[in-house]
Amino acid sequence: MKILVCPLNGPRPVTEFAYGGEVRHSPDPDTCSDAEWSNYVFNRSGSPQPKYEWWCHIASGFWFVVLRDTMRDVVIATYPAEEVRRGLAAPASSAGAKV
Amino acid sequence: MPYRLLRFGLSRKHPEPRMFTRHDSLKTGYDVVIIGAGGHGLAAAYYLTRDHGIRNVAVLEKGYLGGGNTGRNTTIIRSNYLTPEGVKFYDESVRLWQDLGADFDLNLFYSTRGHYTLAHTDSAMRTMRWRAEVNKHYGVRSEAVDAAFVKRGIPSIDLSCGGHAPILGALFHEPGAIARHDAVAWGYGRGADRRGVEIHQQTEVTGIRLQGGRVAGVDTTRGSIATSKVLCAVAGFTPRILDMVDLHTPIYVHPLQAMVSEPVKPWLDPIIVSGSLHVYVSQSARGELVMGASLDPYELHATRPTLDFVEGLASHMLDMFPFLGEVKVNRQWAGLADMTPDFAPIMGLTPVEGFYLDAGWGTWGFKATPVCGKTMSHTVATGRNHPLIEGFGFDRFARYRLTGEKGAASVGH
Repeated sequence: MKILVCPLNGPRPVTEFAYGGEVRHSPDPDTCSDAEWSNYVFNRSGSPQPKYEWWCHIASGFWFVVLRDTMRDVVIATYPAEEVRRGLAAPASSAGAKV
Repeated sequence: MPYRLLRFGLSRKHPEPRMFTRHDSLKTGYDVVIIGAGGHGLAAAYYLTRDHGIRNVAVLEKGYLGGGNTGRNTTIIRSNYLTPEGVKFYDESVRLWQDLGADFDLNLFYSTRGHYTLAHTDSAMRTMRWRAEVNKHYGVRSEAVDAAFVKRGIPSIDLSCGGHAPILGALFHEPGAIARHDAVAWGYGRGADRRGVEIHQQTEVTGIRLQGGRVAGVDTTRGSIATSKVLCAVAGFTPRILDMVDLHTPIYVHPLQAMVSEPVKPWLDPIIVSGSLHVYVSQSARGELVMGASLDPYELHATRPTLDFVEGLASHMLDMFPFLGEVKVNRQWAGLADMTPDFAPIMGLTPVEGFYLDAGWGTWGFKATPVCGKTMSHTVATGRNHPLIEGFGFDRFARYRLTGEKGAASVGH
């Protein structure tokens, strides 16, 4: 991936973008257990698979969501940030995507 | 090729000496199975047999021996860390490095060069003083030095760095060294092999069997093995192994790239690191400049290098050493760095009984190879964490007791 297609600005060099990590949902801090909270604070899904990620086009300050296979560095789809509130479908399994 | 050399090469009287025995099949069970035949895994196997008398050990490697981060790092050895846990741990490693070549009867090209961590800002100087004081407290030779000292040690450096990042001083760490990384894996591998350890290359672990919350066996592409102890030392592949035993950690994987120049005559004796310029460089025994920089900016589990990296690193090298403008880059490559949020490793026992972890070695694992082998073999043999790795425990995140080592990472990642 050297060119990333931004939903707002079209195809731009990847150096214009900042990676914001995986899209994650916080448990309710008032009701969750200590273990659930520390799991949310620290732990990550480290293995390669298609993941929803936050990316920002720095020049325009535009945040959006990218579904990217972290094994092959292939962008599967991009979404406007509002989609996160509406709920993103679970990404398809990475089985067979290995190179 | 001279005819005599060709004849020697083909002669039956002088067969190519083999470093390891080739085993055609796996046994049905082992006392300990080590996943990953890199420096860390082989060192653990070596000390398990040598110091703990556990010989029925298999080391499984999905690729070839030493082909992961052991063969991809920039070979720098130092102990000028920031936390007491880190300083004590890496200092023990530097001590072990001293007689390792004699131990193996193999030339590791271990070369003590002195190590400068350059400071370009007041805040960086403050961190250097902090590290120097912690180091001295634990008997490690480090000191904060001024720009004139840097210039005496590295006469060819441009102290102004092209005018935009002038060098104010440095942390000078006298024991800083480099070594031939492949030989480290071969030395540990041969030593373990001679003591009865089986090294199985081209053998990928596909699953780990658990019974009642404890390890019962390992499934591989060449068959299943029964074992009650598994040591995982697989660097960037750690999350994939952890998925097999359903353990969750903060480990995230980014590629880390490095490159070497064409060989030039010796001019750079010490090892130089600049956090602000994202460079670390040393000159190998062959005369190549071995150079590295910071992590690639996003998660990826592939090792394809990029042009961006070469451009950025070369430009920062030229800030320090403008006369290198005509020197060519020979090779570049990448490895998979298993990063942790506090820049310290995750080592020792895990909630799964019989599953031991030596991971989270991100960008700082090569220098720790001997001490990791020592402490992990102790941990596996006794079932208790070695005292030197207590600051690196698996459970430290759940207890919010991090071992903040980011200030001593070679460059600001």
